[in-house]
Amino acid sequence: MYEHDVIVVGAGGAGLRAAIAANEAGADVAMVTKLHPVRSHTGAAEGGINAALQEGDDWELHAYDTMKGSDYLGDAPAVETLAQNAPEETINLEHWGMPFSREEDGTVSQRPFGGLSYPRTTYAGAETGHHLLHTMYEQVVKRGIQVYDEWYVMDLATTDEDDPNDRECHGVVAYDVQSGTIEGFKANNGVVLATGGPGQAFDHTTNAVSCTGDGHAMAYRAGAPLEDMEFIQFHPTSLPSTGVLISEGVRGEGGILYNSEGERFMFEYGYANNSGELASRDVVARAELTEVGEGRGVDDEYVHLDMRHLGEERIMDRLENILHLAEDFEGVDGLVEPMPVKPGQHYAMGGIEVDENGQTCVDGLYAAGECACVSVHGGNRLGGNALPELIVFGKRAGQHAAGEDLGEPEIRTGYGDDVEDETDTELPVAPGKAGLETSGSVAADGGVTADAEGVLQRKVETARERVDTLMDKEDGVQHAEIRAKLQKAMTDYVNVFRTEEGVKKALEIIRECREEYQDVYVDDPSRTFNTDLQQTIETRNLIDVAETIALGALVRDEFRGAHWRKEHQERKDEEWLKHTLISWDDGEPSIFYRPVILEGENKTYEPKERSY
Amino acid sequence: MSTQQAEPESQEAPEDPAMKGAESPAADEQNGGGMVDEHAEKAAELEGETVHIKVFRYDPEVEGKQEPRFDDFHVPFEKGMTVLDSVMYARDEYDSSLTFRHSCRQAVCGSDAFFVNGKQRLGCKTQISDLEQPVRIEPLPHQEVVKDLVVDMDHFYDQMHTVEPYFQDEDTPPVDDLEEQRQSQENREKIKMSSRCIWCGACMSSCNIAAGDNEYLGPAAINKAYKFAMDDREGEEIKEHRLRILEQEHGVWRCQTQFSCTEVCPKDIPLTEHIQELKREAVKKNLKFW
Ligand SMILES: Cc1cc2nc3c(=O)[nH]c(=O)nc-3n(C[C@H](O)[C@H](O)[C@H](O)COP(=O)(O)OP(=O)(O)OC[C@H]3O[C@@H](n4cnc5c(N)ncnc54)[C@H](O)[C@@H]3O)c2cc1C
Ligand code: SF4
Ligand code: FES
Repeated sequence: MYEHDVIVVGAGGAGLRAAIAANEAGADVAMVTKLHPVRSHTGAAEGGINAALQEGDDWELHAYDTMKGSDYLGDAPAVETLAQNAPEETINLEHWGMPFSREEDGTVSQRPFGGLSYPRTTYAGAETGHHLLHTMYEQVVKRGIQVYDEWYVMDLATTDEDDPNDRECHGVVAYDVQSGTIEGFKANNGVVLATGGPGQAFDHTTNAVSCTGDGHAMAYRAGAPLEDMEFIQFHPTSLPSTGVLISEGVRGEGGILYNSEGERFMFEYGYANNSGELASRDVVARAELTEVGEGRGVDDEYVHLDMRHLGEERIMDRLENILHLAEDFEGVDGLVEPMPVKPGQHYAMGGIEVDENGQTCVDGLYAAGECACVSVHGGNRLGGNALPELIVFGKRAGQHAAGEDLGEPEIRTGYGDDVEDETDTELPVAPGKAGLETSGSVAADGGVTADAEGVLQRKVETARERVDTLMDKEDGVQHAEIRAKLQKAMTDYVNVFRTEEGVKKALEIIRECREEYQDVYVDDPSRTFNTDLQQTIETRNLIDVAETIALGALVRDEFRGAHWRKEHQERKDEEWLKHTLISWDDGEPSIFYRPVILEGENKTYEPKERSY
Repeated sequence: MSTQQAEPESQEAPEDPAMKGAESPAADEQNGGGMVDEHAEKAAELEGETVHIKVFRYDPEVEGKQEPRFDDFHVPFEKGMTVLDSVMYARDEYDSSLTFRHSCRQAVCGSDAFFVNGKQRLGCKTQISDLEQPVRIEPLPHQEVVKDLVVDMDHFYDQMHTVEPYFQDEDTPPVDDLEEQRQSQENREKIKMSSRCIWCGACMSSCNIAAGDNEYLGPAAINKAYKFAMDDREGEEIKEHRLRILEQEHGVWRCQTQFSCTEVCPKDIPLTEHIQELKREAVKKNLKFW
């Protein structure tokens, strides 16, 4: 068993920032991560970090833009905390040596980005995430923070009182990918989940193979609700064959979208008469699919993004890596021809429900980064708002877990007297636990009162048994088959356009995946670097996460932000200014709602029509 | 979906099986196995066909895999298919124990540097239609093989950490002043290429000097140090300290300008140039040679 004050699970931008903050607060912190830190998907972010740095800009404008972009489903305390702290955190990165792009006077460059009223997206070439990730990893090395890399976290060591609000998290169970050894990691103060997005629930995504929603699923099964999972952002410009992302920076610099008729459709067909290509992502993604649907797509699949008119010099200066991406992954030279693009799953606005200090309703369990939902992004995230979220809320979670007092949070978490129960949606199939499955309950062994070490020890044993069962089984279904089926169902039915019938169909298929998973087995008999085993466990997590996405998409019968419903073409503010929360409830999920907080520090954000 | 069946048919072992934990096959044929120029043409030709890959297999604890061998797979070709796509297909459809690192699929995470047709390449960034068949896919040479295409990266990481790879400056203003350090566009440009490294290890694996001197810092670590040493935001004193680290016995002077690292770097970093420049800097600073 290993023991530290704070255990951070995941070493992308959010995890690294949390670890540095916990270390600075004096805690003994360790990171446990399935990838070496520099392999984390934060490294793929291209565009930049929103922060109100310049004179003429201020945090209130940033907060306003974010709230508008969220379609009024962001919680004001979270949105304002983000906008107020992003400048300092961005400057902090610069002080750590991050190579930002520069203006002539030597100050950091900022550029316009979709949905922003001021050019406040701070960038480092077209590789902002790469530099952010490496710069923070450098600081982790400098501080000598312990990193257990290529350790896969399988479970949380949480007590299991009936009410999740009474539970406590004492650590994690992980296995060393290289040797297969399973160990407990005891956390004396807290566990911070920073495991990134769940993009692998879809089959066309800009997310990495590692983005399997592990943290979501572990927190969910431990009792922390998942919030607003139906809100998935589809990026309008991903390359058709791989899902590799072409940054919004291209449109920020003046890139233009054309349909197969050579029309600049964003204006031509009135999708966004003011902002055109720079309208919010959901607007552009739907416009593209509408064009394709109406027969104006190229090869019936995609549209063209043209940047040739910007000229070679400007492209080489600001967007050079886009040229490499188009060439290497699509075989297209962006200097001489337009690039094919289509919408791809990109970002999950929802996630593990936390407050401004990163705490879930389970004592000692925190979440930060894309796996968490504070909620800053509400119904739709603005480009350039995720990276500041990593550093602002990653830091807060790390500080709080290390015992620093950050004040009482305004956001509430867990089931409570301020929530409303879901009553009227009929589900096509029961969600949750399948057939033989046990919940791995500590209580079942009479463990509610067990001490921290006892809880951890029992979880380690359960994990060992689970792995043995998967490895000993001689035949059955393989994870790849189930995963592919799940991904296809999500992309077919819970994509940019959603219908009641389609989403119900998806829920049925997810149910089938669960049943089939009962028969899953790991073919590779080796304990050494067994990726077959790892992917098998990840696939289970994807099933749980995909189910919450589909459930949320079904119950929310309105059109808000990225969530579009065929039968419900308007935003219903009287009914739906509330977050969707799904709680695992030991295998019989329940759905409830918590009102959104629109009262800010100095003003109340009045829902307005979101037009660009 | 496919009628191709898995066919790990051949059992041919690589030439050098005297390996403890299997040191992977030596990099003897550095001359990049047959790049085909008109890759579009080749791709069109391949449409509807399969691609033949030969993949190195080794597992220290599984019977039949303890002796390194090559397995053959025939994978249906699709336009735009990369080497990574081909091994992913082989794993998902034919043999789930086929093991390799990968994550981003877009040349930023640096997980999937392999030895492909005799050259270090990033799997996700290498179009398979550019390669001669059968495509031989092996783990990076000169590193201990953990299993199949997975090598032990610890030594690489250790070398990276040796050069104090973090920004060091004492007198940055307090962050709440919201004042950034100033840096000229020229200086930013100067460090641009060096800052692109994704820690893939291709350069180190291609380097003969690193193969012969286990303590040699290697091109990636030296390049990392270059990034800091050339950054005007760090003071002169620190720069001197950095040059001293690079000057030690297993530092820059080991490099014999063979350019193999520069040739394989998937991020096109001019590594050899950077090493040369640091040598000149050291001389300029009149630092003593070891
Ligand atoms: C292509 C692309 C471009 C983007 N561009 C921008 C942009 O320009 N601006 C912006 O603001 N946002 C951007 N985003 C969004 C933003 O980059 C991500 O939301 C953010 O980087 C996620 O960071 P993270 O730290 O939460 O997770 P990640 O960086 O994904 O890190 C997750 C970590 O968790 C670890 N982990 C996961 N599961 C486990 C487990 N079971 N056990 C142990 N460890 C585990 C992994 O090893 C990894 O270290 C972009 C996203 C993509 C995909
Ligand atoms: S310098 Fe190039 S080859 Fe070497 S590790 Fe970095 S990216 Fe890879
Ligand atoms: S998979 Fe990330 S670099 Fe190739």
